[in-house]
Amino acid sequence: MYTLRLNKVSLGYGRRTVLRDITLEARPGELLGIIGPNGSGKSTLIRGITRLISLGAGEIFVDGLNVASLGRSNLARLVAVVPQNAALPELFTAFEIVLMGRTPHLGRFSYESEKDLAIVRQAMAATQTTAFAERRVGELSSGEKQRLLIARALAQEPKIVLLDEPTAYLDINYQIETLRLVHQLCREQNLVVLAALHDLNLAAQFCDRLAMLKDGKIYCQGTPQVVINRQAIKDVYGADVCVYPHPVNDLPTTLVVFDKNNGKPGQK
Amino acid sequence: MTVELLKEKAGSLNADTVYPRRWRSRWYAIIGLALLLVAVIAVTSAIGSTHIAVSTIFQMLIGKLPFFAITPDWSSTLETIVFQIRLPRVLLAGLVGAALAVAGTTYQGLFRNPLADPYLIGVAQGAALGAVIGFQFPASSQVAAIPLLAFTGALLAVAIVYAIARVGKILPMTTLILAGIALGAFLASITSYLLISAGDKLHGIIAWLLGTFSLTSWSQVITVLPYITVGTVVIWLYARTLNVMQLGEEQAQQLGINVERVKLILLGAATLITAAAVSFCGIIGFVGIIVPHAMRLIWGPDHRFLLPLATFAGASFLILADTVARTVLAPTEIPVGVITAFLGAPFFLYLLRQKKRAIF
Repeated sequence: MYTLRLNKVSLGYGRRTVLRDITLEARPGELLGIIGPNGSGKSTLIRGITRLISLGAGEIFVDGLNVASLGRSNLARLVAVVPQNAALPELFTAFEIVLMGRTPHLGRFSYESEKDLAIVRQAMAATQTTAFAERRVGELSSGEKQRLLIARALAQEPKIVLLDEPTAYLDINYQIETLRLVHQLCREQNLVVLAALHDLNLAAQFCDRLAMLKDGKIYCQGTPQVVINRQAIKDVYGADVCVYPHPVNDLPTTLVVFDKNNGKPGQK
Repeated sequence: MTVELLKEKAGSLNADTVYPRRWRSRWYAIIGLALLLVAVIAVTSAIGSTHIAVSTIFQMLIGKLPFFAITPDWSSTLETIVFQIRLPRVLLAGLVGAALAVAGTTYQGLFRNPLADPYLIGVAQGAALGAVIGFQFPASSQVAAIPLLAFTGALLAVAIVYAIARVGKILPMTTLILAGIALGAFLASITSYLLISAGDKLHGIIAWLLGTFSLTSWSQVITVLPYITVGTVVIWLYARTLNVMQLGEEQAQQLGINVERVKLILLGAATLITAAAVSFCGIIGFVGIIVPHAMRLIWGPDHRFLLPLATFAGASFLILADTVARTVLAPTEIPVGVITAFLGAPFFLYLLRQKKRAIF
């Protein structure tokens, strides 16, 4: 049983179709990476699954339910988003931001109960954000904000987490930390995780499967070994690179090559 | 590492105990401000050309409650002064102050803009034009025409702005502000033209435009009460939603909020209470922008507390300002809008100096 299933989906803005004929499936505990060049529709896919833009064609099923028939809060109980580079209201504390993750579970007249507070506390513990729970978000670093947004997503108690470029604007240490955390949560909590990623090497290392987008269509999907190769990157990105097996774990590793001496003999 | 662990532990203890405690203390602040409002009503009802003891005011008020029988030891003239002249004026000022502060908080939250005030998208200019047209009526019908036209003008202006800004099912907030400013300028130009040709009515019109409670009666209090109460309660119910809206529309939607419906309801409620507030007493400035910010500076940005705090603080603030307006140069009255800015601005600047941090 797939928790997330897209069947021949097309998505766009007004008359402009950005994604067409997208068919994807993901099981619980699976980390699925979406890769592709700028403007290939990675963010559009996330906006489509959360119904920020309406479906042009096809169907999206979440936990067996058609997204088009779900109300906003029902959808938010199943699917949580970690947005890219999100501006957060500076005066709220980190804890208050994570508490907002409980929104889809609360009625108009109900207040956060002890149970909600406990869920928030757990989500913050799982993402190591407890230490700055009391700080205002305006004072946090981008790495801390990213973890905080993951905590908020967990507080939604979703079955699916969508991450939009979770490593953008982070240094290499935070990139690894963030994806390690995402991977761990995916396995421990048996979540479906779909992450739009820029960095092909991070994608190959952390994702179970990859879907590579080109011009709004899926160019290929499968394990990193299947998807990432020299020819695919040339076709999809137009870039000439080398792809070698990683010296430690044999996963495909993309290397940039550039000849500074422009073909003349010189230093090697 | 040990320090990290300790910090983590302290933090985890925090979240469970600190927040309920902090929330409780904010509820105490709300109750405190509500009690302060009662005291302000009683004290300001005692102030005026005829001096009346505050204890007498309290006795009069309690005597009006069911099950309390108090034998009056005051003259019926005093009772007339309090109940027919001072109390309606104080209560209307309180209602209007509460409405403007709540509407200001709502607009600032919806537009996510600290510069927003209840008059941002055309309410003031619409009401002003309506009122100035009302002043053209024969004197006998002015009493009814001015508030009715001001109220209608305010609602009509916002409705037009809304209709212009709306694209299909979506309401882009920046377009809404721009449309509001443009229509406001257009309406203000007509108002200005009418002002130039107003002749001897000019003084009355200017006083109205600056805001005044000099002709308050019970019927006015009774008329605006339902609008302001219903609108305020609706907005209070959306307090938590307004918090989530601070994340921006996309994130709010992804957290399960029907953003377009929320915008429509909150804009409608805030506009309605603002229109009701200005209809009898004119365009009182500054309350709607300063009270929300002052409350935010002291008690933080959580709308669940901010909205009730602003309601009670706004009411007290405008009652006090109006008391100053009617007493300092008595028997001459100063328009209350002059006082709100003259007293409110320095206090606000003081708060800004004290906190010296991001205020929004």
